[in-house]
Amino acid sequence: MTQTSNNPAPVTIDARGPRFTATITLVVLAIALLTQSIYVIGFQLLVFGMAAFIGLKKAPYGIIYRKLVQPRLRGPVPLEDQRPPRFAQLVGFIFALVAFIGLLTEANTVFTIATSFALVAAFLNSAFGFCLGCQMYLILVRIFKRA
Amino acid sequence: MNSPLLLLMLLALATGIGFRIRATQGRVKEKPGLQLTKAEIGTTFGKRATLVQFSTTFCSACRAAKVLIADVVAKRDDVKYVEIDAESNLKLVRKLDIKSTPTTIFIDAKGFEIARAVGAPKRDQVIAAINRL
Repeated sequence: MTQTSNNPAPVTIDARGPRFTATITLVVLAIALLTQSIYVIGFQLLVFGMAAFIGLKKAPYGIIYRKLVQPRLRGPVPLEDQRPPRFAQLVGFIFALVAFIGLLTEANTVFTIATSFALVAAFLNSAFGFCLGCQMYLILVRIFKRA
Repeated sequence: MNSPLLLLMLLALATGIGFRIRATQGRVKEKPGLQLTKAEIGTTFGKRATLVQFSTTFCSACRAAKVLIADVVAKRDDVKYVEIDAESNLKLVRKLDIKSTPTTIFIDAKGFEIARAVGAPKRDQVIAAINRL
């Protein structure tokens, strides 16, 4: 027996997309960490921001996935609620913002720590398929939404 | 610390974390918990056990868990399976401290939680947990 949901049907995305975009994110963040370049972290900040505030499908890595990768994949498209991965991009945005401001104010330690956290999260998603930001999403819904 | 070394250390750390998470995901952990009511899960309890799975919409791990558990339960008339949408049942989610989906709660004939699995569980662990009830 299944209790039906009272919520409206969520917007869905290809569930394979976030893992692919996490791989690009991982590479960009690694470059940012190695070069300590404000342009690289600034670029990733922009990408996170677009994914979080405009939408996953319209963000740069999402567009790359849909145009270059998805057409080459076979089998049915596994669907996923877009809210948790989109929230994860918002978390990434916050870390990248802290890192960006760290470089801007020459607080290099702040930059390194914030970038490191984002990098570990991107790696976990890319290599293991674990979306830490997604896990946070349900916990926050639990805290803030009325029953 | 130089950056390449830091990067390597971070990747090593993340790899360790990843394997650890993978190892604990889906494991059926036995730990006594609260008592649920028929009204809360929307059905009477199974004679031996009831498996209550909390899911969210379009969660592929939830679908995998459902397929496996429903298959195990189908072969037994003393065990019931109930799937609950987490977002529409936040009161129960908070009561049971559900942090992620799928989370499957194993309850006995009187409604007491005796075990739970976070993540899609393995078939042999589900069967073993039911048999221990």
